[in-house]
Amino acid sequence: MPDTNVVAREREDKLQGMGCSRKRKEDARFIRGQGTYVDDIKLPGMLFGAMVRSPYAHARIKSINKAKALAVPGVVAVLVADDLKPVNLAWMPTLGGDVQAVLADKKVCFQYQEVAFVIASDRYAAADGAEAVEVDYEELPAIVDPRRAMAKDAPIIREDIADKTEVGHGPRTHPNHIFTWEAGDKAATDAVFAGAPVTVREEILNPRVHPCPLETCGCVASFSKATGQLTVFMTSQAPHLVRTVVSMLSGIAESKIRIVGGDIGGGFGNKVPVYPGYVVSIVASIVTGVPIKWIESRIENISTTGFARDYHGVAELAADQNGRIKALRFTALADHGAFNAHVSATKLPAGLFSICTGSYDIPKAYCRVDAVYTNKAPGGVAYRCSLRVTEAVYLIERMIDVLAQKVGVDKAEIRRRNFVKVEQFPYTTALGWTLDSGNYHGALDKVLKAVDYDGLRREQAQKRAKGELMGIGISTFTEIVGAGPTKVCDILGIGLFDSCDIRVHPTGSVIARLGTMSQGQGHATTYAQIIATELGLPSEDIQIEEGDTDKAPYGAGTWGSRSTPVAGAAAARAARKIMDKAKKIAAHLLEVGEGDLEWEVDRFKVKGNPSQIKTMKEICMVAHTGNIPAGMEQGLNAVEYYDPPNLTFPFGAYLCVVDVDRFTGETKVRRFYALDDCGTRINPMIIEGQIHGGLTEAFAVAMGQAVPFDENGNHLGNSLMDYFLPTSMEAPKWETDFTVTPSPHHPIGAKGVAESPHVGGIPCFSNAVMDAFAHLGVTHMDMPHTSFRVWQKCNELGLNKR
Amino acid sequence: MANPKKVSFTLNGKPVDVVVEPRELLIHTLREKLQLTGPHIGCETSHCGACTVDIDSMSVKSCTMLTVQCEGAQVLTIEGFEQGGQLHALQEAFTQDHALQCGYCTPGMITRAYRLLQENPHPSEQEIRYWMAGNLCRCTGYQNIVKAVQDAAGKLAAKAA
Repeated sequence: MPDTNVVAREREDKLQGMGCSRKRKEDARFIRGQGTYVDDIKLPGMLFGAMVRSPYAHARIKSINKAKALAVPGVVAVLVADDLKPVNLAWMPTLGGDVQAVLADKKVCFQYQEVAFVIASDRYAAADGAEAVEVDYEELPAIVDPRRAMAKDAPIIREDIADKTEVGHGPRTHPNHIFTWEAGDKAATDAVFAGAPVTVREEILNPRVHPCPLETCGCVASFSKATGQLTVFMTSQAPHLVRTVVSMLSGIAESKIRIVGGDIGGGFGNKVPVYPGYVVSIVASIVTGVPIKWIESRIENISTTGFARDYHGVAELAADQNGRIKALRFTALADHGAFNAHVSATKLPAGLFSICTGSYDIPKAYCRVDAVYTNKAPGGVAYRCSLRVTEAVYLIERMIDVLAQKVGVDKAEIRRRNFVKVEQFPYTTALGWTLDSGNYHGALDKVLKAVDYDGLRREQAQKRAKGELMGIGISTFTEIVGAGPTKVCDILGIGLFDSCDIRVHPTGSVIARLGTMSQGQGHATTYAQIIATELGLPSEDIQIEEGDTDKAPYGAGTWGSRSTPVAGAAAARAARKIMDKAKKIAAHLLEVGEGDLEWEVDRFKVKGNPSQIKTMKEICMVAHTGNIPAGMEQGLNAVEYYDPPNLTFPFGAYLCVVDVDRFTGETKVRRFYALDDCGTRINPMIIEGQIHGGLTEAFAVAMGQAVPFDENGNHLGNSLMDYFLPTSMEAPKWETDFTVTPSPHHPIGAKGVAESPHVGGIPCFSNAVMDAFAHLGVTHMDMPHTSFRVWQKCNELGLNKR
Repeated sequence: MANPKKVSFTLNGKPVDVVVEPRELLIHTLREKLQLTGPHIGCETSHCGACTVDIDSMSVKSCTMLTVQCEGAQVLTIEGFEQGGQLHALQEAFTQDHALQCGYCTPGMITRAYRLLQENPHPSEQEIRYWMAGNLCRCTGYQNIVKAVQDAAGKLAAKAA
């Protein structure tokens, strides 16, 4: 007789559920070139739109002449702000509580701002038409440096709201001021600083960067005059929120608006906001009565759609002589560009910046963010992180190294001394977050052992003796993801819950629809694995649908690593509702009480009588017959709207070794070891892929990315010639590792993972570069650590003289 | 259409005729006139490689070539890789090794890797990284792409032996 445990395990393997590295369900179409991205959509009669954009960062529009454009063959119409006013669509609300010009109304406030929209028969004619639109500008002085934005004599950027005392986030003190937000106990923190034996302070910039997914943003808007139905295929990470905004804007009932996400070629935060191009395409379709396609160029994407960061920080720590941190004081000046179009929860205008106490037990803390307008593109979206988490983690992970150097303690040791200890969880930080779980000492020790940390430090000492530069960077970060509990998190008043609707068919196949939106994360696979394990049905037969608002239940979309923490939880809980019903049916069929049943992989067994079984597949069929308990409805379906009780707090310990050429500044990543703890692991293959990608984006930010401007607000790096995206030649090799500390409040213990490597990776690279210079008294250099900038430091220190 | 030109070439083994403006880029002809939406547009400045196709045994970024230049050419796109219901070894390896996430770069990556393996059936890791450097991926960090190309090379070599 076969071992029953072995048989059960074989059945479990066949489900390909949680914990297995099954191949992705979405790959079959992508490897054949049969994905359906927005630019692949072609509707009958479709016209093409092209944007006319401002050459100036700040200017008055004196006149716009459409005549020459309208004479271009193929051009059908040219829309400007005045054409949008009759339908009340010249301005739109942003997801940050502000308004933004759909097409520039009397003045432009950043270079490449949308001024006119040309509709033509094809993309060539549209481009010809856009060239022919004549706009007469009167240039105004531009504010590029956010530190000048609130000067008394600063030009007023937003005349439309100059008299408003607030723009969504509390009182303003200057026409270019957006908000001031603070957290923590300032007086108590200041008192600790005043009496502290050791304090450190650095000015640290998180430079303006751009998420730059490989596919730019775009849409196909199709309005039917006959039915009043608006369908928009678009690159959105949050289709349901977009539908709500479009309804509020246009007055079209939400039930008559269908947003379809389709396949999305990467998002990384860039595809959360609502952009003027979408809105003007919708208007154009309403006006012309035919579908309108608008697809950004790469230059438009980098110049105008959601940038990230641009946080000018001042970070301070107070500690004792042993490097034990007693207080933290972080402030930041945030450059939000010309419109406050960042995506933020209403109550959290600086996002989750207050996670800046990191993995450390810090008794007192205070943080403040002042946000201002400048003549730059709007945004301030997250770039592969929950809002402002990278900024926060970068500051604390840099500062703990600065403190280590000041007190002369090893950079691994100082972390051990300050970590929140295992027994302290759940741990509430001085800034109010309750870290649900963690094992920071365990993670760091595992990494140090794996890389022979002591050996690396010995090698570094030998190299330093010879004048060579070798750096060892450590990052022991804590992330905050899975926004979020509706009591804390809402956008435009809508809580950030998420949802799952599961329908089980008579033969045991399943369709599940969720409120999130994959952009490459592999949701069709991982959600199916969760449901497979929960229901005891094979993941191969579980179909996942997202992104079509006509089909999927309402949810806030995919960003901030919220899919698994929120929608994944909804999937597990919806499945459990189905299981409750299935158990009743099994008890009915086996003529026992529910208490007499036990669950094994894919079937209910009668306790003590293992030959008495009902498989889930059998129950699926029975649920659609009359042989069910009296009073029960047919079917095996469930919907769950999940409002998480807390966010989740993935963490990790990363170590990076770099070698710096002191003559050229070239910095080579010799080794990068990344240990992540994302709680319960659903698909290790996909997790590892997410970590590889996140680390590569972290490498890009730390080592090369920046969005620079000249003093007139001219963009100096908006093509892939200038903007650094690592190729296979630059990208380092990654070594990955893990520990598992399940989230205690999540139904399956999962925490989210895709953003950790970006958030934790950036300070790790910076810390490695800085560590290479630490023995020379260097405490901080701002990113990006390009060869030229590192060479400048070598040159300043005379290291390049033989 | 100003000054239309008829262009004839072989596309994935079949003859095609198409009428285009002289200024029309091959990527637009493929995607919009010939309904092959496998090659993608990521930059239109020949940096990203999402539009890579194979023309007369060379990798070409089809956003940088005029369709009229294709007269008489042999053009291969991702749509031509699966033969008789059988995936190409590179397509198999990309899914086996998790060498794709959003899928946007994948057609160009596979097409470029195909040309590499035609020229060099046994590339080293460094050679793969060098050859693939004209194709950008924002999702994978390249590590699994390199592995997939190595694995496909091994499979193709075993088949040829």
